[in-house]
Amino acid sequence: MKILVMVKRVTDPNVTVRVNADNSAVDLNNVKMAINPFCEIAVEEAVRLKEAGIASEVIALSIGASQSQEQLRTALAVGADRAILIEADSTLEPIAVAKLASKVIEEEQPGLVILGKQSIDTDNSQTGQMLASIMGWSQGTFASKVDIEGDKLNITREVDTGLQSLSLKLPAVVTCDLRLNEPRFASLPNIMKAKRKPLEIKAAEEYGIDLTSRINMLKVEEPSARQSGEILSSVSELVEKLKTEKGVI
Amino acid sequence: MSILILAEHDNISLKEITLTAVSAASQIGGDIDLLVAGENCHAVAEMAAKVSGVNRVRVADHACYKGLLAENITALIKSLSNDYSHIMAPATTNGKNILPRVAAALDVSHFSEIISVESADTFKRTIYAGNAIATVQSDDPIKVITVRGTAFELSEMNGSATIEVLTEVHDLGLSSFVSENVAVSERPELTSAGIVISGGRGMQNGENFSMLEKVADKLGAAVGASRAAVDAGFVPNDMQVGQTGKIVAPDLYIAVGISGAIQHLAGMKDSKVIVAINKDPDAPIHQVADYGLVADLFDAVPELEQSL
Ligand SMILES: Cc1cc2nc3c(=O)[nH]c(=O)nc-3n(C[C@H](O)[C@H](O)[C@H](O)COP(=O)(O)OP(=O)(O)OC[C@H]3O[C@@H](n4cnc5c(N)ncnc54)[C@H](O)[C@@H]3O)c2cc1C
Ligand SMILES: Nc1ncnc2c1ncn2[C@@H]1O[C@H](COP(=O)(O)O)[C@@H](O)[C@H]1O
Repeated sequence: MKILVMVKRVTDPNVTVRVNADNSAVDLNNVKMAINPFCEIAVEEAVRLKEAGIASEVIALSIGASQSQEQLRTALAVGADRAILIEADSTLEPIAVAKLASKVIEEEQPGLVILGKQSIDTDNSQTGQMLASIMGWSQGTFASKVDIEGDKLNITREVDTGLQSLSLKLPAVVTCDLRLNEPRFASLPNIMKAKRKPLEIKAAEEYGIDLTSRINMLKVEEPSARQSGEILSSVSELVEKLKTEKGVI
Repeated sequence: MSILILAEHDNISLKEITLTAVSAASQIGGDIDLLVAGENCHAVAEMAAKVSGVNRVRVADHACYKGLLAENITALIKSLSNDYSHIMAPATTNGKNILPRVAAALDVSHFSEIISVESADTFKRTIYAGNAIATVQSDDPIKVITVRGTAFELSEMNGSATIEVLTEVHDLGLSSFVSENVAVSERPELTSAGIVISGGRGMQNGENFSMLEKVADKLGAAVGASRAAVDAGFVPNDMQVGQTGKIVAPDLYIAVGISGAIQHLAGMKDSKVIVAINKDPDAPIHQVADYGLVADLFDAVPELEQSL
C-alpha cells in the first residue's frame, strides 16, 4: 500500500507574526518558515508504517510556493521516498487544496492519506475532512493512535470528552493530533541522501480545477492587547484583589 | 434565510455550547432549525425544542449516528441542505470533524471557528494562534460555519419548537463506532466554567494536580492544563487549553507553572482576569496576567487553598 502524506509550509511556530500596515494580511516578509508541526507528525507516522512493513512507499505532497521544496526535502530526509510539489499561490483555500490532492490520489492510488489536523497559520482544520469528502472515503481526524489490520484502520481520536475509537474502512484519510508520535530528527547523512530523492514539480493549472478564492479576506487586524498587570507579593494580597477589585471569587 | 445547526449532545442532554451557536445564528437572522442526530436521543430533542429562537428540531435517531460518524452525519446533512442558506455547528471536535466534510460535499468553502457575525455573509475569525483577526466574506450559496463558543452568549431556554422525526437513514458503512473513553468529572466543563485553574510542566507529575483540584473544588472551577502537562502524561488530552486544544474565556483563569507560550495564550487570553503563579519573573505568562505571583507553586497553591 502506498501512503500519501501532505506537508504544508507555514510560519515557524515560535515566531509571533504582525499584521501589515494596510491591514490586508499578515506580514510575512523575512519571517522564518517551517514545516507545519502537525505535518511532521504525519510524515513520521507514514514512515513508521513503512518501517513496520505495512506501507510500500511514502509520497510527500505539498501545494504552494516554490520554496515548499524545502519542506518536502525535510520530509524526504526523515524517510519519505519521493515528493510532489504542485506549484500554486500559497493562499489557496482548503477546498482547492483538497481538489488538487484528489487528482494526485487518482494518479497515485494510495491506500491511505495522512495530513496534519490543522495548519498553524490559517488555523483552518479543514483539508483532510474535505479530501475524504471529495474522495467518498472514510475519515479519522485528530488521531492519537493508528493501527492497520487488513482492510481496516483502527483509530483513537482526541475528542472534547476524552478519546473515541473508530474502525475505518480503507482507503481512508487520517489527520494527526499532537500525541500520535514524536517525530524524529533527520540525520546529516539522511539530509544529504534526501537531496537525491525524486521531487517532481507540477503547476496547479495542469489539473484543470477552478482555484479561484471563494473567501474574500476583507481585513486583517491585531487583536486588542491586554493591559499589563501587576506583580503581587503574597497570596493574601492576591485573594484580596480577586475579591474586592475584581469580584471574581 | 434559514439556518440548520448541528446540536452537540451526549444522547442524554443537550450541551450548553449548542446555545452559543444558536445565538450566533440569531445574529444572522432567519429561521433556525436544530438537527439532533444520535442514538436514543429523544430526550435531547425535547430539550432542544426549548431553546429560544429555534423553529423546528429535526431528529435523526439511529444506531448509525452513534458517535456522530462524519461520513453518515454528512450524508444526512447534505440530504437536508436544500432548505438552508447556512449550516452551522459549535466548534467542538464534532463540529470541526463534520462541517468541513459537509462543505466539500456541497462544493463550498468553510468558515472555521468564527468569533463574530458581521452580516449574513461576513464573519470574523482568528488566525495565527490568535495573533491576527481576519474579516472574511463569501458569496457561496450555502455558508458552512463553525462557531467559537466563548465568543457568543448562550441563547435562552424558553422556546417551544416543533419536533420533526427524520426517517430516512444515511448509513454509508465506511466507518463504525467502537468505543468512547469519556473522562468523568464532577467539576464544571472546561469550556463553560466561570473559573479555570490550569497546570503546566511546573506541576512535575499527575499527582500534584490534586493541589489544583482542591482549589477548584473550593471555587467551583474547572481544571485545565498546558500541552506540556498533557504530553508528559500528567493529565488526559481533554484538559488541554490552547491553539490546538480547548478555547476558554472564564471570568478568572489561574495559570500555575505555565510559561505562557503563544499556543497556550491562544486558548485563554480572552479570559476576564488572568492570574499567573510562576517562579520565573521573566515567564511570558506574567505579561498577559492581571496579577502575577513570582513564587514556588508548591508553596503558593496550598496557601491559596487555605485562604479560600
Ligand atoms: C503545533 C503546536 C501546537 C501547540 N498547541 C498547544 C496548545 O494547544 N496548548 C498549549 O498549552 N501548548 C501548545 N503547544 C506547546 C507550547 O508551545 C508550549 O511548549 C507549552 O505550552 C509549554 O507548556 P508549559 O508552559 O506547561 O511548560 P514550560 O514552557 O516548560 O513552562 C513551565 C513553567 O513552569 C514554571 N515552573 C516550574 N517549576 C515551578 C514551580 N515550582 N513553581 C512555579 N513555577 C514553576 C517555569 O518557570 C516555566 O515557566 C503547541 C506547540 C506547537 C508547536
Ligand atoms: N497547501 C498545502 N499543501 C500541502 N498540505 C496541505 C496544504 N494545506 C493543508 N494541507 C494539509 O492539511 C492539513 C490541515 O490543514 P488546514 O486544513 O489548512 O488546517 C495540514 O497539516 C496539511 O497536512
